[in-house]
Amino acid sequence: MTYVAHDETAYVTPTEVGEMELYHPKTFIGKYIWSQDAKVIAIQYAIVAISIGLVALVLSWIMRLQLAFPNTFSFIDPSNYLQAVTMHGMIMVVYLLTALFLGGFGNYLIPLMVGARDMVFPYLNMLSFWIYLFAVLLLVLSFFVPGGPTGAGWTLYPPQAILKGSPGATWGIILMLVSLAFFIIGFTMGGLNYVVTILQARTRGMTLMRMPLTIWGIFTATILALLAFPALFVSAVMMLFDLLLGTSFFMPALITMGKQASYTGGNPLLFQHLFWFFGHPEVYIVALPAFGIVSDLFSVHARKSIFGYRMMVWAIVGIGALSFFVWAHHMYVSGMNPYFGFFFATTTLIIAIPTAIKVYNWTLTLWQGNIHLSLPMLFAIGFLFSFLHGGLTGLFLGNVSVSVPLSDTMFVVAHFHMVMAVAPVMVVFGAIYHWYPKITGRMLNERLGKIHFWSTFIGTYAIYLPMHYLGFLGVSRRFYSISGTNFIPESVHSLNIGITLAALFVGASQLLFLYNIVRSYFNGTPSGPNPWNATTLEWQTSETPPQHGNFGAELPLVYRWAYDYSVPGVEADFIPQNMAPHEVKHSSIGLGST
Amino acid sequence: MTIFNQVLLKPWEETGLTEQPLRFSGSTHAADKRVALKVFLGVVSVLFILLIVAYAGRMGYEDWRPAPEIKLLWVNTAALLLGSISLELARYSVKRVKINLLYISLFGAGLFTLFFLYGQYQAWLQLASMTYFKVNNPAIAFFYLITSLHGMHLIGGLIVWGGILIRMMDKFDAQNIHQSIELCALYWHFLFLVWLILFGLLFTGNNLDYLLIICGIKS
Repeated sequence: MTYVAHDETAYVTPTEVGEMELYHPKTFIGKYIWSQDAKVIAIQYAIVAISIGLVALVLSWIMRLQLAFPNTFSFIDPSNYLQAVTMHGMIMVVYLLTALFLGGFGNYLIPLMVGARDMVFPYLNMLSFWIYLFAVLLLVLSFFVPGGPTGAGWTLYPPQAILKGSPGATWGIILMLVSLAFFIIGFTMGGLNYVVTILQARTRGMTLMRMPLTIWGIFTATILALLAFPALFVSAVMMLFDLLLGTSFFMPALITMGKQASYTGGNPLLFQHLFWFFGHPEVYIVALPAFGIVSDLFSVHARKSIFGYRMMVWAIVGIGALSFFVWAHHMYVSGMNPYFGFFFATTTLIIAIPTAIKVYNWTLTLWQGNIHLSLPMLFAIGFLFSFLHGGLTGLFLGNVSVSVPLSDTMFVVAHFHMVMAVAPVMVVFGAIYHWYPKITGRMLNERLGKIHFWSTFIGTYAIYLPMHYLGFLGVSRRFYSISGTNFIPESVHSLNIGITLAALFVGASQLLFLYNIVRSYFNGTPSGPNPWNATTLEWQTSETPPQHGNFGAELPLVYRWAYDYSVPGVEADFIPQNMAPHEVKHSSIGLGST
Repeated sequence: MTIFNQVLLKPWEETGLTEQPLRFSGSTHAADKRVALKVFLGVVSVLFILLIVAYAGRMGYEDWRPAPEIKLLWVNTAALLLGSISLELARYSVKRVKINLLYISLFGAGLFTLFFLYGQYQAWLQLASMTYFKVNNPAIAFFYLITSLHGMHLIGGLIVWGGILIRMMDKFDAQNIHQSIELCALYWHFLFLVWLILFGLLFTGNNLDYLLIICGIKS
C-alpha cells in the first residue's frame, strides 16, 4: 500500500460539507412516532415490513397445507387458496423486501455510512414512511372487504384480474392497485432522499469509490426502483381505469359469465410488458442491496479487503443497467416474435457475467481470509449457496427452449424463491445480526442465532430442492389441486407433504429469531461501539446507539476506503475509514512504509 | 472530476483526504433540492415515455381508431407556453431585483397554468360530447389518462407556486425566493416540453404514426 499523505492535516473549512439544521423534538411522539430521524424511520419501516411479512408467511402455510393435505382443511377453498398465493407473493416482493432493504437498511445505513447527519430531506423521509404504512393498511383492509383480497396471482394479469369469477375482482383488486400506487408515491419520496443524500451529503473524503459496497448496492437499487416503479404505477392506473371507467387498455373483447362484456380490443400483453418492465428490475431492487451488504459482511468477518472492489462496483451498476433489457424473458409463453425471444434470452444470459464476477469475488474474498464463523458470516455463506443455486437454475429458465416446457411449473417457483427469497432473506438476517449491536447497543444471543441459521438454511433447502423435481415432473404452480392428473405420480404427494412440513418448520423457527430480537434488546450482552472491529463510519460514532445527528460535534473525515483489513505492517487488523494516516500504529514486523 | 472518472479510481492505493475536492462539496440545501428535482424529472420522464411507448404499441393493432382532434388544445398549449415564459421572466426579475415585475410575472405564471388546466378540462368535455366518443376506444382513454397525469403534475407545481407566493407576502427573503423560483421555472419548462411532445406526437394528427414509419418500426 502506498500512503499519499499530501493533505492529511490540511485545514478543512467547516462549510466544506454543509451542516444540516435538524429538527430535535422533545416529546415521545415527536421522537418515535412523527420522527424525522432516518434511524427511527428505518426501524419503523422494518417493524411494519416484518409484520406484514409475517402475514405473508402465514399465507404460505395456508398454501402448503392445501398442497400437502388436500380436502382436509375446510377453511381453504379454491378462492382463498388463490388469494393466499397472490397476497403472499405481492407482500413478500414489494411490501416486505423492497421496503425492508431500501426503507429499512437504506434509511439506517446511508446517512451513517456516508458520514451525514441525516437524510437531506428529513420531513419528506417521514412522509415516505407514513404513506408506506397507509399503503400497507390499504392492503390489509382488502382482507376484510366483500370478496376478500385479489386472487389474480401476484402478477395481476388482466383480463382475469378484474373479471367476475376471479376472487376479489372488485374491492380486492381496487385496494391492491390503489395500495400499489400509494406505495410507489411513498417510495419515490424516500428514493429521492436516498439518491440525493448519497450524491450530496457525503462527508469530506468520502469519494464515490470509498463508499462501502452496501451503499453502492442501495444507491443503484434505488435508481432502478425510481425508474422501474413508474411502469407499475402506469399499469395500476390503467387497470383501475379499465375496471372503474370501462376503458379498454388491457381488456380485449370477451364473453364473461355468458355475456358479451363492454370491453373492445384492449391488449392484455401490454400489461404484461409494463408489469415486467417493472418486475424484472424489481428482482435486482431486492438483490443489489443484498449484494452490497453481503460483500461488507464477507469482508468484515473474513478480516480481509473485498476482492476486486472496482469490479464489484461496476458489476452492481452493470447488473442494474442490464436489468432493464431482459423483462420479456418472463413472457416466453405469452406469444412473441421468435427474434424477441432470442434477444431477451441473450441479454438474460449476459447478466450472468457480472453476476458471476460477484460470486467469484465473494469466494476469493473468503479465500485465505481469517474467517470468523460469526452469525453474520454464517448467513452470508448461506446466501452464497442459495444465490448460486438459484442463479444456476436461472440459466435454465433464461433459455427459451428450456424455459417453455418449465413455464408455470414448480421449477420456476423453486428458482425464484432460491434466488430472490431465500438468498436476500439470508442477507437480511445476516445484516440484522451484524448491525443489531449498533442499533441497540447489545449483541444478539449467539446460540439462538445458530439454531436459527441452521434451521433456516437446511429448512429452506428442504423446501426448495425437491420443488425443482416437482417442476421437472410437470407439477403446475398456482393449482389448488392436482388430483386426477394422470401424468403426476403418487410420489409427488409424499414430496409435497415433506415440503410442507419443512415450510412449517422454517416458518416456526423464525419465531426464535423474533424472540432473540426482543430478549436481547433487554438482556443481551452489551456490545460496545464496534464489536466486529469494522472500518466503516457507522461503527465510529461517539455514541451507541447513535443519537439524532449521528456523529458528535464534528462530522468524521474519511481518509481511506472501507476495506483496510489485515493491512501488512499495521498493528491492528483493521483501520477505520476516519483514521488519519499519522494515527495508524505500525508494527515492527511487516511492510510499514510511511 | 466526472462520475465516470471517479469510478476509475483505485481507492486501495491512496490514503489521506483527497486532493481533488468532492464534486459536490460545499453542498447546500438549495443544491440538494436542485439535484432532487432533476432526479424527480428523470422519474417523470420515464412515466411519460412509458405512456408514449404503450400508446405506440397499441396503435399497431388493426382496430386502432385515432381520437378526433380538438382545436382547443392549441390554445391550451399557448397558455402553458405563456406560463413557462412568465416563470422565466420571474426568474429574471428576482435576479435583477425587479420586485414589481416579479410579482406580476409570478402571478401571471400561475394564472396561465390555471387557464391551461381549465382548458384541458374543457377539452375533456368537448371530446365527451363528440359523436365518436366511446370510452372503450383506447385512443380516447389514453387522452384522458395522459392529460390527467400531466395535469396532476402541474397541480403539484401550483401547490409549490402557492407556497412561494405566501412566503413572498410573509417575509421576502430574496435568496430563498430566487432558489425556489429557479426550481419552479425548471419544473414548468420541463412540463411544457413534456406537453409539447405529447401534444405533437399523440394529440394532433398521426405524427407518432409517421415517426414510427420513419424509424422503420412500422411499415
